[in-house]
Amino acid sequence: MSEHANNMHDHDHDDHGHHHKETFITKYIFSQDHKMIAKQYLITGIIMGIIGIGMSLLMRLQIAYPGEPSAIMEFFLGRWAEDGIMDPNIYLALVTIHGTIMVFFVLTAGLSGTFSNLLIPLQIGARDMASGFLNMISYWLFFTSSVIMVASFFVAKGPAAAGWTVYPPLSALEEAQGGSGLGMTLWLVSMAIFIASSLLGSLNYIVTVLNLRTKGMSMTRLPLTIWAFFVTAIIGVVSFPVLLSAALLLIMDRSFGTSFFLSDIFLKGEVLHYQGGSPVLFEHLFWFLGHPEVYIVLLPALGITSEIISTNSRKPIFGYRAMVASILAIAFLSTIVWGHHMFISGMNPFLGSVFTFTTLLIAIPSAVKAFNYITTLWKGNLQMNPGMLFSIGLVSTFITGGLTGIILGDSALDINVHDTYFVVAHFHLVMGISALYGLFAGVYHWFPKMFGRMMNKNMGYVHFWTTAIAAYGVFFPMHFIGMAGLPRRYYENTAFPLFDDLQDVNVIITMFAIFGGLFQLVFLFNFVHSIFYGKRTVQNPWRSNTLEWTAPIEHMHGNWPGAIPHVYRWAYDYSKPGHDQDFVPQNIPLKDGEEELQH
Amino acid sequence: MDSTAITTGTEEKTWGGGNQPFKASYGKMMMWFFIMSDALTFSGFLAAYGFSRFKFIESWPIADEVFTHIPFYHGDPQPMIYVAFMTFILIMSSVTMVLAVDAGHKMQQNKVAWYMFLTIIGGAIFVGSQAWEWATFIKGDFGAVETRGGQILQFVDNEGKRVALADFTTASETERTAHERKNGLWFRDEGTLPTYTMADVKAGFLANDDVLIRTQVINEEGEKTVLTRAESMKKIEEGVMTVEGANLVHNEYGSRLFADFFFFITGFHGFHVFSGVLINLIIFFNVIIGTYEKRGHYEMVEKVGLYWHFVDLVWVFVFTFFYLV
Repeated sequence: MSEHANNMHDHDHDDHGHHHKETFITKYIFSQDHKMIAKQYLITGIIMGIIGIGMSLLMRLQIAYPGEPSAIMEFFLGRWAEDGIMDPNIYLALVTIHGTIMVFFVLTAGLSGTFSNLLIPLQIGARDMASGFLNMISYWLFFTSSVIMVASFFVAKGPAAAGWTVYPPLSALEEAQGGSGLGMTLWLVSMAIFIASSLLGSLNYIVTVLNLRTKGMSMTRLPLTIWAFFVTAIIGVVSFPVLLSAALLLIMDRSFGTSFFLSDIFLKGEVLHYQGGSPVLFEHLFWFLGHPEVYIVLLPALGITSEIISTNSRKPIFGYRAMVASILAIAFLSTIVWGHHMFISGMNPFLGSVFTFTTLLIAIPSAVKAFNYITTLWKGNLQMNPGMLFSIGLVSTFITGGLTGIILGDSALDINVHDTYFVVAHFHLVMGISALYGLFAGVYHWFPKMFGRMMNKNMGYVHFWTTAIAAYGVFFPMHFIGMAGLPRRYYENTAFPLFDDLQDVNVIITMFAIFGGLFQLVFLFNFVHSIFYGKRTVQNPWRSNTLEWTAPIEHMHGNWPGAIPHVYRWAYDYSKPGHDQDFVPQNIPLKDGEEELQH
Repeated sequence: MDSTAITTGTEEKTWGGGNQPFKASYGKMMMWFFIMSDALTFSGFLAAYGFSRFKFIESWPIADEVFTHIPFYHGDPQPMIYVAFMTFILIMSSVTMVLAVDAGHKMQQNKVAWYMFLTIIGGAIFVGSQAWEWATFIKGDFGAVETRGGQILQFVDNEGKRVALADFTTASETERTAHERKNGLWFRDEGTLPTYTMADVKAGFLANDDVLIRTQVINEEGEKTVLTRAESMKKIEEGVMTVEGANLVHNEYGSRLFADFFFFITGFHGFHVFSGVLINLIIFFNVIIGTYEKRGHYEMVEKVGLYWHFVDLVWVFVFTFFYLV
């Protein structure tokens, strides 16, 4: 039955790398090569990241200096900031689109899309993704949805402004606010396309990992990066479709008069016809995606970190199987904790305690990962290159943000700080900054693989230390103003004398944000400059074990000239006694009498 | 890359590298995972349906009273017969699909084509039946009155038999003109006017002593509550409009969410069947022109077969939740 299936798996046939006539369009635009698609994802992600971070800076300016005219606002927002004062509606729109862009476009597609595409075929020893064509479609759907999302800023009444969670009725009634009209329609269309893109990408990642591993690459020899990408893809396939359900029902409510999420609503003194629906239903559907989405963002970063920390500590990763088990445990638990976002939604308090229980369980696999990172670093021969620094930075923010997660996961404690800056601080550290660090770490580490050149190390150091200072400078004080009660998503807090004392803190946070934002330009310059003028890389610059460093520096279709290397050992044979070098790549056969590490 | 044979013990294991752990090609695996994803989309819808239905468990329409029609038949209501026919056809199309896949394994081109053809016919009959089901549901049955609070009031006679609005109401000779483009009122489009105004229904109701009102509320016997004549006289005052048939905003059978979910979920499923028929058609023509014969295997038939079975399975759930329970 399967002998006729496909022969991509036949490792001895070499003609897969035969040379098609490649034009500019097939090589750089509609490319079906996973390495090019990875670069396309990365560059699109970086552009979206610039937009998303820029929006957060405008928001910070508004929070720090409410009501003060500023030329910057007028320059960037035009008619949304008449006389340099930001329109309150556009503040909400910025909150919404910043969240959407960072979560989905930068940290989901930009991170997963880049590194899953680049690393899965290279690290498991495959010629390419299972279906290069679907992979190409996946990228172009992502590109289309990005364009639509950005385009929503240019419609007359402004982009969606109901928060990235787009709760109805704000998102369902066109009259509710400026952004509920065409802006929200574009948001929904963009997300629907994004979901299709994510689905096609994930299908590819999953089947490639399952079916296209080279000889000897058993599941227990997979690098942890691949485990993370694989499980992330599965979570995506399971959770994104439920967001699609919610979005489709919302579209019906918006445009076809159904009452799925709406009931008993008065608008401008008039009764609307909607009856019987429930906005809480939307919250359930949304968060069934929304929570796993956090791990879709975070797991790839953790996978990247595992790889980089082990390589740069010159030590085997501590507790490989525990790492794999904790990834699987996190993935499973992530689908049964969504209610902790809804403690104050009017949900049954008993259900609240159930969700508290399941939520706190996630602390266990998370702690396993944190301790394993630290134990891997322990007494290692640390190579402090920028990728390593960002990985250690990730461990730091993962712990800092994770600890507040224990507070927020407990309904009794969460209710007090719900919708305050405490929450903002928590999720920015634990998934925003952590995943961003993972992205940076990955870029520094695999830049030589992507572009054949090295990034400048010194600029990397500057980038890391300024980013680290700025990230804690921005988010650490937020815990305190959150505990003082400052609500999130407010355009200004001047109407509450209670919060006057917090204004200075807000100014400081904004200073740090601008500082951090500016120094991202160093990264940007380093990235673009190094693509063209960076030092040429050697074959295996980090002296790493994984298969991608056995592939030629110059990219070729099919990844390896000749046969695909076979695998004889796991990916973490660093500093193994009995070898001349402190690393033994996976494709080196075991010596006589050498035993494979019992990991 | 090296000639010395070195086995490491894991190469031949199921989850080792260099093999297909599920003994399926990547294309088939993709279809499986796509199905998993699509199943969760449907689960989202059905969970939402369950959530909403549970919220109105006291007043949800009774399916056996809603879907009672059979084409060309005008006798007593016959619940379940028609939908059972539809379901049977769809399941039979799954059977023919299995036969097509089996014939594909045996490389019998003509048989594959024939069974694919039967599958397509089955799918087309199902989609057509669904169109008729929708049309009947939209057209409505007896008509009802909606109160200001959105409750539906239906009418029965002394024996509890349903009475249609037409049975006791005569449309008054008012000059009612629908605000429509064709009447020169181009600035708004309000849709067709109901056959009777609320005043007509009220007058007819007061004139017929044996007409009673049946509310949405389900009593202990699992039936809708019938009010006494005195209670009915009071209740009719709450009515604000007449409703005939069902659409996304009004539903003469009861809760509008019933209609909303019915249209949306069966529609979404119907769209899946429709796309399935189209995909099957493409495969059918490929079988006929010998594409797979040349390729040496009929795996494409297997892949669309997986999809087709999935769509059938989803219908079993939709059927269960909308018609049976």
